[in-house]
Amino acid sequence: MQQQAYDVIVVGAGHAGCEAAHAAAQMGSSVLLITMNMQTIAQMSCNPAMGGVAKGQIVREIDALGGMSGLISDKTMIQFRMLNRSKGPAMWSPRCQSDRMRFAEEWRMVLEQNPKVDFWQDSVQQLLTKNNEVCGVITRMGIEFKARTVVLTNGTFLNGLIHIGEKHFGGGRMAEPMAQGLTEQLVQLGFESGRMKTGTPPRVDGRSLDYSAMEEQKGDENPSSFSYLTESPIQEQRSCWITHTNTKVHEVLRKGFDKSPMFAGRIKGLGPRYCPSVEDKINRFADKDSHQIFVEPEGWNTVEIYVNGFSTSLPEEIQFEAIRLIPGFEKAKLFRPGYAIEYDYFPPTQLLATLETKLITGLFFAGQINGTTGYEEAACQGLMAGINAHQKAQQLDPFTLSRSDAYIGVLIDDLINKGTDEPYRMFTSRAEFRTLLRQDNADERLTAKGYELGLATQKRMDKFQQKQHDVAQLLDQIKTSKVKPDEMNAWLEQQGSSSLREGTPIVNLLKRSDLSFSTLLEHPLIKNIKDNYSQEVIEQAEIIVKYESYIEKERLMVDKMKTMEDLKIPETFDYDKIKTLSTESRIKLKSIRPQTIGQASRISGVSASDVSILLLFMGR
Amino acid sequence: MDFKDTIIALATPLGVGAIGVIRLSGDQAIAWVNDVFPTKDLSKQAPHTLHYGRIESEGRVYDEVVISLYKGPKSYTKEDVIEISCHGSPYIQESIIQLFVEKGARLARAGEFTQRAFLNGAFDLAQAEAVADVIAADSAAATSAALHQLRGGFSQELAALREELIHFASLIELELDFGEEDVEFADRQDLEDLVNKLLDKVRPLVASFKAGNAIKNGVATVIVGKPNAGKSTLLNALLKEERAIVSDIAGTTRDSLEDEWVLGGIRFRLVDTAGLRDTTDVIEAQGVQRTQAWVKKAQVILYVVDVSEDKPEDIQATLLEMAELDIPLILVLNKVDENQPAINDWEAMGFPTVAISAKFGQGLMDFEQILLDVVGLNQVSNSGTMVTNLRHYEKLKQTQETLEEVLAALKSNLTGDLIAQDLRYALHHLGEITGAISNDDLLKNIFGKFCIGK
Repeated sequence: MQQQAYDVIVVGAGHAGCEAAHAAAQMGSSVLLITMNMQTIAQMSCNPAMGGVAKGQIVREIDALGGMSGLISDKTMIQFRMLNRSKGPAMWSPRCQSDRMRFAEEWRMVLEQNPKVDFWQDSVQQLLTKNNEVCGVITRMGIEFKARTVVLTNGTFLNGLIHIGEKHFGGGRMAEPMAQGLTEQLVQLGFESGRMKTGTPPRVDGRSLDYSAMEEQKGDENPSSFSYLTESPIQEQRSCWITHTNTKVHEVLRKGFDKSPMFAGRIKGLGPRYCPSVEDKINRFADKDSHQIFVEPEGWNTVEIYVNGFSTSLPEEIQFEAIRLIPGFEKAKLFRPGYAIEYDYFPPTQLLATLETKLITGLFFAGQINGTTGYEEAACQGLMAGINAHQKAQQLDPFTLSRSDAYIGVLIDDLINKGTDEPYRMFTSRAEFRTLLRQDNADERLTAKGYELGLATQKRMDKFQQKQHDVAQLLDQIKTSKVKPDEMNAWLEQQGSSSLREGTPIVNLLKRSDLSFSTLLEHPLIKNIKDNYSQEVIEQAEIIVKYESYIEKERLMVDKMKTMEDLKIPETFDYDKIKTLSTESRIKLKSIRPQTIGQASRISGVSASDVSILLLFMGR
Repeated sequence: MDFKDTIIALATPLGVGAIGVIRLSGDQAIAWVNDVFPTKDLSKQAPHTLHYGRIESEGRVYDEVVISLYKGPKSYTKEDVIEISCHGSPYIQESIIQLFVEKGARLARAGEFTQRAFLNGAFDLAQAEAVADVIAADSAAATSAALHQLRGGFSQELAALREELIHFASLIELELDFGEEDVEFADRQDLEDLVNKLLDKVRPLVASFKAGNAIKNGVATVIVGKPNAGKSTLLNALLKEERAIVSDIAGTTRDSLEDEWVLGGIRFRLVDTAGLRDTTDVIEAQGVQRTQAWVKKAQVILYVVDVSEDKPEDIQATLLEMAELDIPLILVLNKVDENQPAINDWEAMGFPTVAISAKFGQGLMDFEQILLDVVGLNQVSNSGTMVTNLRHYEKLKQTQETLEEVLAALKSNLTGDLIAQDLRYALHHLGEITGAISNDDLLKNIFGKFCIGK
């Protein structure tokens, strides 16, 4: 079978693979997307939701660069909430419940509509390499595909092993086969590999639940959206429900502890601490009598329910007995039990900032294969790997983001410098410049970059520039137009805000902590702003004004850090020359080869005094 | 810079003395000394031992010496170290150093032994800085402050502070990243208490700098007053010697005179100045100008009044002017042997006041007590840690200010992300003192303590 040679082959069609294939194709590369099963493109393997704290910011960033996760989430959501509204703007985090089936379908349609994307249903068993350079893949059916670059996004499929109680069997997801051969070849090529573990809760029949025993969790009254391009947010929404475990549930679960693959030591991989199984929670925090359970519908029409908070790998009969003791679940029917899955990953310290492997030129890794967890984390890596695979194939400059540019930059920088022992999830506390990395300004941070790459469309760029123009104009207007005491004071008193003594620009009122823009817009003299500017523009202006001092302080901090980032370490620097470095840090420095002192300081195992030593050697 | 070098330097001051000590540090230190030490084989001796013998090379005997042998990492620099105690002749010292330079030793730069000790992990940045302070210390208090810092007392205190800050920050971060989860958050009052507790630790450290700096650098104490008030007499009385020329002629002291004086382990730099008056004498006028410059640099002003001449209202205007400088001022009522002043009237001006007779040494004990109080040596932190380094002071001051902002933010109900931003800066400032900057400490703390996860 004679095949064309592709610019980019993407292996795996989950969140990472789809973004990678779309980005590379959109930028002009010929792409082949290889997946085991065309019916499971963009499967949400775990909970039917996108976004959340820090993750929602990532989706906004993907969107601002020209990726698809935001638009697809907008089209397929069944509920939207802006989390943390009561906190400062850096914490506002969009999150949606998705229709699992429609989400997958939408992704497939997007990819099918791109003429640069070809598909092949098969499993990749081997890479073709020559002189440490990738040149294609060989599939299980024995077919060779040639390519300039290959992006591996194998998720949990590499030697995937599913555990339920004492049973365990190979599989990449429930009812899907695992992928064999690839890990073994990569190890032979010199890669280090490890095992990780994750888990998922049971799915139940919504018709068997009693919602009157639960607390309703509705979507936002004024929902917004993930994408900067989405014009009209979701109209109708579906609710989620909240219930709790109790001591009886815990007692039953404890009965199964001796058969738990985790506690019995059958699972070797490390699972995520922040996404623990329910047995882990009651074991580690024995004094807590109750844990929250979120009951999440899987779509508009389906009756399937995702039991968020009840991830478990205990025997199915224990799961069944315990779940029925949860209020509202007395008559619950299970569609399938929860399970744990172990899979191979490759410590991400083996990667460059482009997500290209250091060992094999043209080979990129993205998603869970790098030890991360979460759709958003996977999607943004796929996007970055897809962009860089294209750049590489077309002999263009690599594209990277810094820690002060985006959460995506924080994520990749953490991965390649610190590595990770447990599945890596993004938190806002990982970002030292959190105040700058907000969901409202992802476009300001990234859209011009995406446009320059040829990924973000003209339409997106135009829309962004229009917004920037409007914000500037609005800021100018409120800085220059003054209001007088006799026009304002009675009204200000009503609002419980102090009165004016002289004419004052509107911006000074907006700076007050007791006045929001939306309150100010109720005043007859200020109201007209609403007619001329969109809600998005008004919100942006308000954040810029109200948080000016915090944003400014953070910018100064970025500049301060930048001096360390500007101190380049020569590529040929000989760390063996410095015998005073600790052995661990020398090994790390030699394998990671940081480009700057700043990067070196973030490598785990490199201490502050090691950094001082480097600085002294570099003549500082 | 290359750590492969073995470095050498004279560890005692250059010049004639009873003995001189030459120090070598590095891989070759023991081997090279062994080459020229025929008495015994140093490579076979136990570490931390002394060896008497000759330094001899190519038939020439350099000196009879005592060798102190240290093997790394149990040495000052954590490398092999040899200290040669030789006779204190500069010629002998230079010859011995030259001998090792010819073998390949490199003359150490200033502070290089300590730098190596730091780079080899013998101590942290704050401790390294203390080494210099111990060496330079010239009073009992300065020595004890520097030694405390060197032993890590200061670093320990900072580490404890930092740990509490991390705990506090993680409580806030928890609320931010896991707001959707089923965790109990600390209430605002608890958080306020925690910040207050932290501030209670930081404030004394910041305040201790005043004393710490005084201890380290001496307290600039400027004696001012009208001509012939007895300023020079006071200086002489304190120094117990005729340092300044005194006479009955007003304006005898035409230029400032500086001398050092140790009181209660504290070094004072006393400055006697030309009397303040309008004058047409060019030289004296220059002296008055200089006095004014000194006053601005003073840490304590001793304003001397001749109570046989002046009443409070006579000097009120001058005192008010000086009060604006915000420098502690002691009103010294001199010549009480000639005229018993109405103390209450003087005290009413609001300055610490003491009556003395400089000439007869009367009231000097009271004066000394007041001086020590004014310098503020009672403001040292509970643990006895004293901040003596300007860099540390500035960082701690920033930490304090940041925490005060956090407190204000908590009181005005500002949101957690903005408070967290300030807390991160506080952690950053603290970390800059000892050189450790935090990375994953927050998350580690969160995961260790709270049940998280849906």
